[in-house]
Formats: sequence, structure tokens, C-alpha cells
Amino acid sequence: MKVDQLSIFLENRAGRLAEVTRILSEAEVNIRALSLADTSDFGILRLIVSDFEKAKAKLKEAGFTVGRTSVVAVEVNDQPGGLNNILTMLQEAGINVEYMYAFVQQSGDSAVLIFRFDRTDQGIELLQKNNINIIPGDKLYAM
Amino acid sequence: MIYDVRNETLPREEMEALQLRRLKSLCERVYANVPFYKRKFDEKGVKPQDIKTLKDVSLLPFTVKQDLRDQYPFGMFAVPKDQIVRIHSSSGTTGTATVVGYTKRDIENWGELVARCMMAAGASAADTVHNAYGYGLFTGGLGAHYGAEALGATVVPMSGGSTRRQVTLLKDFAPDVICCTPSYALFLAETGLEMGIDIRELPLRIGIFGAEPWTNEMRADIEKKLGITAIDIYGLSEIMGPGVAIECAVAQDGLHIQEDHFLAETIDPVSGEPVGPGEEGELVFTTLTKEGIPLIRYRTRDLTTLNYTPCKCGRTTARMKRVTGRSDDMLIIRGVNVFPSQIESILIDTEGLTPHYQLIIERQGNLDTLEVQVEVNESLFSDEIKSLQRVESKVMKNIKEFLGVTAKVKLVEPKSIERSLGKAKRIIDNRHKD
Repeated sequence: MKVDQLSIFLENRAGRLAEVTRILSEAEVNIRALSLADTSDFGILRLIVSDFEKAKAKLKEAGFTVGRTSVVAVEVNDQPGGLNNILTMLQEAGINVEYMYAFVQQSGDSAVLIFRFDRTDQGIELLQKNNINIIPGDKLYAM
Repeated sequence: MIYDVRNETLPREEMEALQLRRLKSLCERVYANVPFYKRKFDEKGVKPQDIKTLKDVSLLPFTVKQDLRDQYPFGMFAVPKDQIVRIHSSSGTTGTATVVGYTKRDIENWGELVARCMMAAGASAADTVHNAYGYGLFTGGLGAHYGAEALGATVVPMSGGSTRRQVTLLKDFAPDVICCTPSYALFLAETGLEMGIDIRELPLRIGIFGAEPWTNEMRADIEKKLGITAIDIYGLSEIMGPGVAIECAVAQDGLHIQEDHFLAETIDPVSGEPVGPGEEGELVFTTLTKEGIPLIRYRTRDLTTLNYTPCKCGRTTARMKRVTGRSDDMLIIRGVNVFPSQIESILIDTEGLTPHYQLIIERQGNLDTLEVQVEVNESLFSDEIKSLQRVESKVMKNIKEFLGVTAKVKLVEPKSIERSLGKAKRIIDNRHKD
């Protein structure tokens, strides 16, 4: 039920992000979701892509430092309270969200939340127990 | 194994007698043949015949790099130009280049001395030596090359550059020994992994590394990443090139100075007064046998300690501690003395950070600022900002604690710090620029 997320170390320099997207574009890898966390000196770009292995290989070849993290993708109805419901559930179970980001699907009736938990397996177990719709990796990559 | 058993294991009195005999003859030669030295001797009021014991070397004038620059190009030569068979020169990156000339005999001696070094490092005539020091005016390439040939080994004259090709040849030719700078050895290991070649799995056994200061921590890192014994070789073009001194593989505890050819002293870099064995000082060499450019009391700017106790490898020659700093490389940041090697030790001790780093010093108002740029690597990288910031603050804390200076630590992308084929450029000091 886990999703492979690609993390990339980026210095805060003009053009570095464009360099990543250029490499992915040339490799014909599609970006499903992304989030950029930054400090004054560096940033971490987190990506869910259509072809993880290919993207990783191409970026490494270009000299980027890349990592793989297991994250969890959850589908919720695109309406008020959708996210709150899940976060409350996690809070009660004592599972910490290290970070998260979200995107709305093209059809517009549901949103996808990407979670990085401190305890990934327990997080998945909890969500399943509460009948929350988890999107498996292969489905997300192909969306 | 000792290449030249007689000269490398001379009892101390015999060594000193040999050195004195050679020193006397050297003084006569330079006084008669090099106008620069005649003038320097006369200014100090010293004549060659005043040298009666080895201690009298302290009567002689010092020679500094600027003297070689001032005599550019051939003013320091002690023999007619037709006896010079080869010329080498420094890169001139920090001023006018310095030029050195070798006679046929100098070249032969040089080869012998590097052969001694290679054997001390554990190499033998049966080995193949991959030489990745740059060929050309830089003394590293040809110095190591002739040494390996004198030893009777097989040389692969690779020279510097073409890093991926170097890795391929390390795999295909399966050399036993590699010669290059220590930072380049790590770069080769990195490049190897990118190419799917783990240098640890190759037959390579020994690395002979020099041309830049490095630390014991970096040695441990190299030995781990390349699966070899890393040996420190020392030399400088003004004195000869590589081969002035080397660590033995037996003890790896200090570098044996080829004392029958080079008389070593350590002095206080400020007062110029000699310091005793066991005390740190600036290393000073007098070349005892050189014909082309003999030098009297050449100040190397390298800081070290001399140790005259016999080594367990059987050599009796004096050993110098590994050079980790230069008297002119020392940074004074807000009144605190900082050597790049100290920062390097801290980085390697902090979660095995790669030793690819650079120090950037600026002056803001009247205050010096030090920024330490460190390359991230995959083992260090995390998808969470807080864990990277934890590394930054840990390094900052350690620098503050061990060196007493506040530094800003900045993580940078891999390979963003320029890889040099020769000496790694560790310091960018912008304080004295307008």
C-alpha cells in the first residue's frame, strides 16, 4: 500500500529546479505530485512520478543526491472536513505526520493526500481499519 | 622490505658524518657557482669553511620561495645550462612560477629515492603502478613514473583527468599500486560506484598519496572506501619532487626522510630559531646532493615534528609527522588560528561527512565570517529538512567547541565543489580583495 517518493537535494540556486524538470521531461517521466520544502540555503524536492526507477537513475546520472521514501497516498472526498477527519484519527492513535502535501484530482470530486508518517506501517493499518481509501503505488503512478 | 639497505639503515653517527661531508662540499659549490648564495653568505658573514659540525647549518642563510621567484627563471642553477637535462616548474598559481633544473645525476637520484619510497610503501618489482599524477611541468607524474621504473615495476602512465577512464583501467589492468592526490583517490572511488565498479573489489592494494595535506581521518576514509593501505608521500618541487620522505607500510607512523640526500631541520616560523625533536616547527631542508639547483635551508612552510627514534620497519632515518598544516595556510579568523585540516577532522568525525569541503572567509564590516561548505552524500541525505539541519548544527557546534570559532555550515550539492586533479582548493579567502 506504500508509494515510492523521490526526494532530491537542491541548493537554493537559480535554475536547479528547472534542471530537475528538464531531466524528467527528457526522460519522459510524468510528475504526479510534488512538494518543495526549503530553508535559506537548500531545499528538498519531493516527487511522485510515473516511473520511479527511471527518474532516479537519470537524476543520479546528472549528479543529484536522491533518496527513496515510503509515503502513503489517501483519497478523500473534496469537501470541508475531509482532511480534518483523517488528522484527528491519526492524532488519537499517536501517529505523527512528518509532512504532507495534497493535490486535487482532475475529475474534481476527490483530493489525494500524500502522508509521510513517523510509523508508516501503523499509519496504514489505522487508515485501513477506518475504511479510508488508500491509493496503492502502481495506481497512483499510472493516474 | 628496504630498497637501499645500506643508506636507509645507517647508524646515526655514520649518517651525520655523511651529511656533514656533503654539507661542506655543498656550501663550497654554491658559494663558488651561485652568485645569489655568495651574496647571501657574505651578508651573513659566513664562509663555507665555517661549517665544522652539522649544528653549524644554523649559521647559513635561509632560502624562501620568493628567492626562487626573484631568480626566475635560471638564476639559482649551480651548473652550466648544458648540464641540465630537465626542467620542472610550479604552476605559478600563487605568484611567479618557480623553476627547477635537474642534471642527469639528479634525475637518477630522484628515481632511486622514489623507488625507495615505493618499496617502503609495500610495493615491489612485481607490481603494476597506476600513476595518476599529472605529467608535465608538475613533478608528481614524472617523479613517480621514474621511481616505479627504477623499482622495476610496470608503470601505467595514466596522468591526471579522464576519471571514468581511470576507473576502467583500474578494473581492466588490475594495478597493485596507485599514485595520486588523496582527494582524487576518493573521487575515483565515487566515480567507480557511479559506474557500478567497487574499487574495494579490485586487486589494488596500495595507494601512494601526496601533493596536498591530508589527515589520519581522511586516511581511514580512503582505506575503507578503496580497500587499500594508504601511504603518505612527501615532497616539493623546490627540493626534488615526490620522494623526499615517505611513510613505511610497517608502522604508518611518520614519514621517513631520505636523510642522506636532505638535511632536515625544524624552526620556529616566526623567530627562525631551531626547535628540538618532538616540538612542532616549520620544516627546513638543505639538499645535500642536488647538482642542478642545490638549496640551502629552504623554508617549506610545512609544519611538522621530527622524530629520531628508530622505526620498527628497520629504517634509522628520521621521521617527520604527517604534514597537516602550512604556516602560510593557517587562517586567522577573529584572532583564532584555524587549519583546514582541523575542519576536515571534524567533518569526518561528524557522521562520516565527505571530505569534499571548502572554507569561505569574508569580512563583513570588521568581522571575519567563516562559511564551511560541505557536500551532501546519499548516506547523509534525508527527505526531512530537520535532519539535514541537525547535521548542520552538529558540525557548527563541533567547530565552535573544538576550534572556538563560529562558522556557518552550508550543505551543498555533490560535486558542486570543484574537483582538482592536483592540490584540492580548500580555502577561498575574500577578505583581502577590494
